[in-house]
Amino acid sequence: MKKVLCVLLSILCLLTLAGCGKSGNGGNDSDGTVTVKLGGSGPLSGDAKVYGEAVRNAAQIAVDEINASDSKIKFDFRMEDDEADGEKAFTAYSTLYDWGMQVSLLTVTSGAGAAVAASYDEDKIFAITPSGSSTALVYTDSKNFRGNFQMCFTDPNQGVASADYLASYFGGYKVAVIYKSDDVYSAGVYEKFAAEAEAKGVSVVYVGAFTDDTSTDFSTQLTAAKDCNANLIYLPIYYQPASLILKQAFDMAYTPIFFGIDGMDGILTLEGFDTSLAEGVYLLTPFAADAEDDLTKNFVETYRSKFGDTPNQFAADAYDCVYAIKQALENMNYDGNMSSEELYEAMIAQFTSMTFNGLTGSNMTWAENGEVSKAPKAVIIINGVYVSAE
Amino acid sequence: MKTIINELLHHRNRSRMLSFALIIGSYLIIEFLMHSIRISRLFTSMLVPCCCYIILALSLNLVVGFSGELSLGHAGFMAVGAFTAIIVSGLSAKMIPDPVIRLFISVLSGSILSGLTGLLISVPVLKLSGDYLAIVTLAFGQIIKSLITNIYLGFDSNGLQLSFVTNELNLEQGKMLLSGPMGATDTAKISNFSSGALLIVITLFVIYSLIDSKYGRAIMAARDDRIAAESIGIDILRSKTLAFVASSILAGAAGALYALNYSTLQPAKFDFNTSILALVYVVFGGLGNINGTIIATTVLYVLPELLRSLQDYRMLIYAIVLIIVMQLGSSVRLKRSMEKLKNRFSKKGVIR
Repeated sequence: MKKVLCVLLSILCLLTLAGCGKSGNGGNDSDGTVTVKLGGSGPLSGDAKVYGEAVRNAAQIAVDEINASDSKIKFDFRMEDDEADGEKAFTAYSTLYDWGMQVSLLTVTSGAGAAVAASYDEDKIFAITPSGSSTALVYTDSKNFRGNFQMCFTDPNQGVASADYLASYFGGYKVAVIYKSDDVYSAGVYEKFAAEAEAKGVSVVYVGAFTDDTSTDFSTQLTAAKDCNANLIYLPIYYQPASLILKQAFDMAYTPIFFGIDGMDGILTLEGFDTSLAEGVYLLTPFAADAEDDLTKNFVETYRSKFGDTPNQFAADAYDCVYAIKQALENMNYDGNMSSEELYEAMIAQFTSMTFNGLTGSNMTWAENGEVSKAPKAVIIINGVYVSAE
Repeated sequence: MKTIINELLHHRNRSRMLSFALIIGSYLIIEFLMHSIRISRLFTSMLVPCCCYIILALSLNLVVGFSGELSLGHAGFMAVGAFTAIIVSGLSAKMIPDPVIRLFISVLSGSILSGLTGLLISVPVLKLSGDYLAIVTLAFGQIIKSLITNIYLGFDSNGLQLSFVTNELNLEQGKMLLSGPMGATDTAKISNFSSGALLIVITLFVIYSLIDSKYGRAIMAARDDRIAAESIGIDILRSKTLAFVASSILAGAAGALYALNYSTLQPAKFDFNTSILALVYVVFGGLGNINGTIIATTVLYVLPELLRSLQDYRMLIYAIVLIIVMQLGSSVRLKRSMEKLKNRFSKKGVIR
């Protein structure tokens, strides 16, 4: 048995070695088009699979559209599974690097992205994340990852935006906050929200935290919020725990206004969730699937026909990422004759100077540090659809 | 001379020689390949974590295989070692610019602190008999994870600053070492494959020395029959504590090496799943089987990466492979036919 295992082991080693070396640039094709190798990683298995799949599906739609059009730039798209884990993201990145990735969608989730952000910077591969909202993906205290950009809002910006929104539209309300203290995303948003809420005079009467291990029962937090007479509950969390909060609040006949952020997006498509509970829920999101413009309509229709459900904001961000990359490549007249370093520099130059219109906003620009600047939209759920709240 | 050779060829020593040969041999081959041909990035990126998991699995095997207790919180020890190493390495970055010495000091302090925590929980718990250790280690893993998730630690010109639950630090030109759920960011990557291989060799040495010692035999005697062992005057508590603390020291070293291989690390990484993963490696390799653990860990760690080309079916195939190998490993018929094969070969050898 041992010998057999030894042989197996050596075969495994050889197999991993087999995919050696970085293959050449995508380069010129005979018909005058240029193919760019676009990579990216996200959770395609495990708990956060919904997000990874949304990004992969939407990016695939964008890539297919571009490849079918008469555009000079074509994409070869490859998405690897990282299980939303830093270690796996690193091997996924290595796989993509070996493949010869030239431009990347970074990662779908923040935690995984933070683990590879520095590697993208060291290897000088341009990357823009559709949904990794932690600032750790684009800069750290000591270093700005020049080639890393974001399509979504950063966590701090979302916290600030929601506090501002509450201050201007829900002035006299007593606010309770329930957030997930062991989650980078939730804690990151809450921290900035708390600071901005205090500065803007939002009256926060109760703050309840929960962790991964206590994310099934919220009766303690809800009862406490009720006892403090809170009439608005701010939920900077993902939609799975949020759905339980809505259900449990309903069961105890507690009916405050619920206000979520982009992580709340997806609650209407959650399996087994009674969507009538989400009636009247506010959320800050850059994308509403029922918008009337042609771009959104086409995208939603294609997504529905191909994958059977309504795209969420992660999908929309991914779609925008691909088109933004295409726009940058076109602006610089990319012809495939650039070294990877030249391409990297040119992409940075484009992204810090161009303006982009997409599904998730118009006149988007990017700062030197990689953060996007676009207007947040608040929507309210009425009759099971998002309606603009303004 | 003859006796030495006989001793070496003795089954027990042969398997010991094999483990050292396995590690040193693969190390030399991989190092040679890395310097002679261009090796894929994927392959090099898996080297250090694979070393860490091997050490973790070996340390767990000491508890589960040799001392017969079940630990479900080994990721907790790994976390203690990991974050201690990050803090030590971050604090000493200016004082000790040499990465090798800094790595050594960080791994050492990580394993010491992890060993102390191991001692702390084993002393009261190992006095109980039954599955209590499993329950306590399970809770321990969760507590460590929650604790680290709530620690904010930074340092600046005023020295080290700590805040709990919420971040109240105002650093002047300083650096955050731990920031709550975000964990450590901006860590200097100073682990390398050589240190990983060396640490495995040290681990093997520690484990073999322990097993061969008086205490090692006491540990195994206590595992096989507690009452009989007690009746001949073996101090069961002491021997079990020894195994447990040695195991937690090694797990801490694995965590330290792991942490310094990545630029960021979140405490959520060391959850229940990681503990179970280590247990799967051990069970897969065989309880008390050192070589089996090394090989099983390597195969199980590398397999999901090799299956990447299968895309969506990756995890499905991985699970199926797991089940098949488990079935084959425990199949009596297969074992018999392997035995027959072995006998035939050895008979041939005799005739020649």
